[in-house]
Amino acid sequence: MKKFFARAYIWLLLILLYAPIVIIAIFSFTEAKVLGNWTGFSLKLYGNLLSGGVSSSLVKAIGNTLSIGVIAAVLSTLLGSIAAIGIFNMKGRMRKAITFLNDVPMLNPDIITGVSLFILFVALGVTQGYVTVVLAHVTFCTPYVVLSVMPKLRQMNPNTYEAALDLGATPWQALRKVIIPQIRPGMISGLILSFTLSIDDFAVTLFTKGNQGLDTLSTYIYADARKGGLTPELRPLMTIIFLVVLALLLIINLRSSRNHRKQQA
Amino acid sequence: MRIKRSTWAIPYGIFLALFVALPLVLIALYAFQDRTGAFTLQNFAKFFNTPEDLHTFIYSIEIALLNTVICLLLGYPAAWILANSELNRSSVTVILFILPMWINMLIRTLATVALFDFLRMPLGEGALIFGMVYNFLPFMIYPIYNTLNKMDGSYAEAAQDLGASPAEVFTKVTLPLSMPGVLSGLLMVFMPTISTFAVAELLTLNKVKLFGTTIQENINNGMWNYGAALALIMLAIIGITSAFTDSDSKRADETGGLI
Repeated sequence: MKKFFARAYIWLLLILLYAPIVIIAIFSFTEAKVLGNWTGFSLKLYGNLLSGGVSSSLVKAIGNTLSIGVIAAVLSTLLGSIAAIGIFNMKGRMRKAITFLNDVPMLNPDIITGVSLFILFVALGVTQGYVTVVLAHVTFCTPYVVLSVMPKLRQMNPNTYEAALDLGATPWQALRKVIIPQIRPGMISGLILSFTLSIDDFAVTLFTKGNQGLDTLSTYIYADARKGGLTPELRPLMTIIFLVVLALLLIINLRSSRNHRKQQA
Repeated sequence: MRIKRSTWAIPYGIFLALFVALPLVLIALYAFQDRTGAFTLQNFAKFFNTPEDLHTFIYSIEIALLNTVICLLLGYPAAWILANSELNRSSVTVILFILPMWINMLIRTLATVALFDFLRMPLGEGALIFGMVYNFLPFMIYPIYNTLNKMDGSYAEAAQDLGASPAEVFTKVTLPLSMPGVLSGLLMVFMPTISTFAVAELLTLNKVKLFGTTIQENINNGMWNYGAALALIMLAIIGITSAFTDSDSKRADETGGLI
């Protein structure tokens, strides 16, 4: 009986949590302009989306989202992995200071990160656009890379690096052949996580995108929703985004639970 | 000669100083300056003399408190059930609860709008509360689940063996031990709720706005100094709220993995 109530409660909450997105997914398979009208099953919206039968600004926004996501993820992964190796070998006050600063973007609400970067770029007199958005994304993605690489460094035998050097490897070779192979799973998790965070971001992008007409998907959707009524093609698009994010997160989760099992074995 | 590996953190150290520390310092600087750059307290005086902004601020705190309480009441039982191995064996259910945390808040909000349209329910304050709970419930469940899951079950068993009723076991053992998770859940729901923008407008057809929107509008309209002052006020609220929750719970949550 207790079990029944517990299960029922959990399922009720899950239904509540997923109902909105499920409704969008269902209505992505009908042509109606207004959501809630079912005018028969159709793949037309998906067709429009994939054949480019949507406004060119939406296509551009999708392109920007993906390219910014890839660039920010790669830069964050490089910066964060090198930083993690450095921080791991640091001691005392410097380490505390850098770890603290690394925590700040994760704890700050998006809007504070956005406003503070906006003011930075204004103060420096930088024209805001693609580059500033990428820099902003690197700012809030890198801390997560550091956090996913750190545990891998802790698991590593610290003597292997020294051994490589003693055996005549240059520091660069030791990095490439000894350290990187061991922290690679953390780097990959960090990369996927950064990409997910970047394509998901709305607030920080809105503040740092400037007024040169740059849009990512989030800011495009925002502008579209404010005009009143969503473009119908956004329904299949949101469904696809949801599925992609779902897939990426499942991959990260399966990876980490597999690693857990490996450690326990 | 061997290069010390700790020097590898230098590029990121410089990056953090430039893109994390400096911007926060600049917010504080701008907040105490007028347009010409002279020191002033005018920006803060303006906040207290603008009834609309003050009202938005207080209303945002009210909504955030209400949202936090509802999330706690709904989330604690859920976290407890998920962490209870007799009631839930599947880790997939847990993942299902955590996943929405990673979906764009704008998309989730528009989905809520779609749900209300679909059910032919009017948008407004009701939709706002539902949307907020829907957006933030996972952020409450996750930290509580984490502490409950890591909790040593033998404490509860010992209490039971010593004759405590199930209710007593819960109120005297489980609940106090799960407080770090509850505190970090409160933090993870309360702070972002005050600072959300765009969400409230979409859920109430522009009838209601929250403090985040006030900041965004001022920045957008070129009132940088006033906007910075408002952001600083929000940072102060965040500082006060985090001071109430001990730093241990935050750490425990972070090292517990992000997902």
